[in-house]
Formats: sequence, C-alpha cells, structure tokens
Amino acid sequence: MMDTVVVPLLKIAVLLNAVLVAVTFLVLMERKVIAWAQSRLGPMRVGPYGILQAIADPIKLILKEDITPARADKYVFTLAPIMSLVPALVVFSVVPFGPDPFYYVSDINVGLLFVISVTSIGVYGIILGGWASNSKYPLLASLRASAQLISYEIAVTMTLVSVILTTGTLSLVGIVEAQREGGLWFAFVQPVALMLVFIGGLAETNRAPFDLPEAETELTGGFHTEYSGMRFSLFFLAEYANMIVISAVVVIMFFGGWLAPFPNVPALSFLGLVPAWIWFIGKIFLFLYVFIWIRATLPRYRYDQLMGLGWKVLIPIAIGNLVVTGILKVAL
Amino acid sequence: MAEAIVFWTLAVLILGLGIMVISARSAVHSVLFLVVNFLLVAVLYVMLNAEFVAVIQVLVYAGGIVVLYLFVVMLVSLKKAPERYADPRRVAWTGTLLAGAVLLEVVAIVVASSGGGEPAATEGALGAADTPFAECGAGPLVSCNTEQLGWVLYTSYLIPFEVASMLLLVAMIGAIVLAKRHL
Repeated sequence: MMDTVVVPLLKIAVLLNAVLVAVTFLVLMERKVIAWAQSRLGPMRVGPYGILQAIADPIKLILKEDITPARADKYVFTLAPIMSLVPALVVFSVVPFGPDPFYYVSDINVGLLFVISVTSIGVYGIILGGWASNSKYPLLASLRASAQLISYEIAVTMTLVSVILTTGTLSLVGIVEAQREGGLWFAFVQPVALMLVFIGGLAETNRAPFDLPEAETELTGGFHTEYSGMRFSLFFLAEYANMIVISAVVVIMFFGGWLAPFPNVPALSFLGLVPAWIWFIGKIFLFLYVFIWIRATLPRYRYDQLMGLGWKVLIPIAIGNLVVTGILKVAL
Repeated sequence: MAEAIVFWTLAVLILGLGIMVISARSAVHSVLFLVVNFLLVAVLYVMLNAEFVAVIQVLVYAGGIVVLYLFVVMLVSLKKAPERYADPRRVAWTGTLLAGAVLLEVVAIVVASSGGGEPAATEGALGAADTPFAECGAGPLVSCNTEQLGWVLYTSYLIPFEVASMLLLVAMIGAIVLAKRHL
C-alpha cells in the first residue's frame, strides 16, 4: 500500500507543484532575459529585483473576470484549456530526475514513445480553443497550429528514431544509462539529431521564431484571443510546461540527463559531488534560457516558410540521419 | 476482480462513446468523442500488457489521424447538415447493410477463434515465445512487449510488413501527385 499508492501519490503531488511553481518563475525569467536582451531592466517593482512578480502575475490572472463569449461552444470552450494543460503535466510522470527510483514516478519501457504520444494530444487544446471561440482570428490560428504541429511532429519523431537506434531502448532511464556506459553524451554522437529535435521542439511549443499560432501582429493574439482570466492562464501554463518538457527531453536524450559533465577528467571529478537532480534541473534551465534567448533574437517566420522548412528541410534531413545512423550501426 | 471491473467499465464507456460519435449533432463534437474513445481503447491495450500498441494507438490515432479529421471538419465547417440527412426517421439502407455485414464478420471471427484457442497457443502462433526476449517481462510494468513485437515483425512477418510499408508509400506518392497540378 505504501509503495504502490502513497509514495507515488506524494511524488506526483510534489512534482506537479514543482512544475507549476517553476512555470511561474519561468515567466519572470522570460521577462527578465528579454529585458536584458533589449537593454531594459524588466520587472523591478514587486519585491527585490522584481522576484515577487512571479507571484503577483498569477494572482492578477486568478482575480480577473473569466468571460465566455456568447456565441462560443461552451463545453468545448471550457474543455480546451484543460486539454492543453493536462498532457503537458502528465508527461512528467516518466521524466527521471535522478538515477534511482526515488527520483522518478515511473520508468516504463516505452518511455520516450509515451512522451511523444502524450505531447501530441496537447494540440487538441489549441485547435479546439480556436474553434470553440467562434471567432475569425482564433480559428485561423488554430488551423495554422494544427498544420504546424503535425508537420514538425513527423520530423521530431523520425529524428528520435535514429537516437533510439543508437541506444536500443525506449526507456528514458535506459537512454541516460546508455550515455553513462558509453561515457559520451549523445549530443556528440548525434549532433544532427540534436539540432532537429531542438528546432522541432521550438515549433511544437509554438515558441518564437515559430509562434505563428499566436502571432499578435497578424492574429491579435491567436487561438487564445477570446480567453481571459484563469482559462487564459491555463493555456500559458501549458505552453511553459511544454517548454520544460522539451528541454527535459533534449537533456535526457542528448546531454546525459542527470549525469555530471566531464566524467573522464579526474581534475573535475568534484562535479560528481553535486546531486544528480541538480545537474538535471540545471541543464533544463540552460535550455529554457536558450529558448528565451532565441525568442529575443530571431524574427518570426512567414507561414509558408515555416511549412516549407518543416517538410522540405527538416523531414529530409531526419530521414537522411536515420539512414546514416542505420548504416553506421550495422557497419560498426 | 479489479481487472474485470476496469474492463467492463471501459467496455461500456467505449461503446457509449462510439454511439455518441455517430449521434452527435456537431461534427467537431463527434471527432472529440472519437478521440476519447481511442484513448480508452489504448487503456484496454495497456491492460493486455501491450504497452507499445497502446502508445502507438495514442500517437498515431489520437494524436495524428484525428487531428487531421478535425482539420478537415474545421475547413469545410459543417454548421448545418444538408436537408437530405436532417430527417431523423430516414434510414440509410446501404449503411445498415454494410454495418450488419461487418458485425456478422466480427461475430464469426470471435466464434471461430474462441473455439480452438488457448491463450498460450496464440502466443505461440505469434512466435513471441521463440524470440530471444521471451524470458524477460516478469513484472507488470516492465515487459519486453516492444522488443518481442519488433522481433516478430522483422522475422516471421517481414513480408507483410514490407508490403504494408510499400502500400503506404504508394498512397503517399498518390496523394502528392493528386495534390500537385504539375510536377
């Protein structure tokens, strides 16, 4: 009873709270980093250096009026934000934060496929949110979103297949263990795959430069134009939780998950003294920083360029990478 | 006992959702019921210790194909059904006959296969027992279902597998040819 029900439930509770708190601070981090990139200070008023802004923002969102447009499809309108947030949180049930079972909720043998398939459910939130609003711009945005997500999902999934070929396992714990045994992070074994997964991850989380579904300059806010208050913030939570998921997947697949860097340099062995989960979370935040950095740097793609990039560049490279990996795997 | 309860709950829900799919007024609601239906079928696969099939069910059907359905439904935007189909008493005889034929077929398969089939025998027929991975898969959460499936697909069922992939490739090329006016 303790091991099968109570402990997992406690872990889930801690994990969910940690992710949601991380998301609120991620919003603050985004505002700060973009401000620095633009030579501004960012939020400075609430608390020292604006740290309490992370708490002020959610309070504001909770207190705002929650409006359902009169002509909206009420049930679907309510369901859409939930459908986009729940998959983003469910994924964390297989993310390993450390080597022993204490650090993850479950290690299933199809872990990676589980992550891909559950995140692919998240697109419904965006599509249905746009449709149920019964409004022009959200509908356009959700059509864009569904086309974009499907296209990039193909590229990302194909790329992950080539990584699976290298590891021979789908379990996320197994993938990190394979990197520990090989003594080499897969970022150096599969650099092309890393680029593809990262670009695809940007597109799948609707982040700049692929944030077409919520391009405010042309779609007045995109699929969540008609949403307000807490429902709007659920969409926001989902987007940021998905960013954390993509970063976690990239770290697990390519940057050794919880492993400390430089295991082969004896002078740096003191790095192993840092707990594994701190390495993992640190690496995740490094990638979150890159996400924000890219948003502050690159302009948005045009829609046809975006689809062209997905279908004509990323998917062919992904197939090529898969073929080369297969040949090398057999030859070596 | 617990398994039976879960199974029957799922079965009732899946059938109920199936009825909702064909009876919902709005096409988008239909598609939504279909998604939930697929997700519950995936749970059934998990109960059968077929995690790989379950995850693929979610990835391909719920996450891919139904998204395309939604895409199409939203593009053609079926606000109102055409008058021809609006009469609830109207019976589509072709559809009824086809559905009846499929039902008969399913019943026939179930009756025919339940006669001679111990579960162990079907496993032997799949060849899973002969794979190099037959010995692992003790715990409920960790089974070698994926490895076994891959092994069987690439050994005993290699030719059907390749034929199916050729079929899909041809379909893909056909779609591209149809979509492009001039190549």
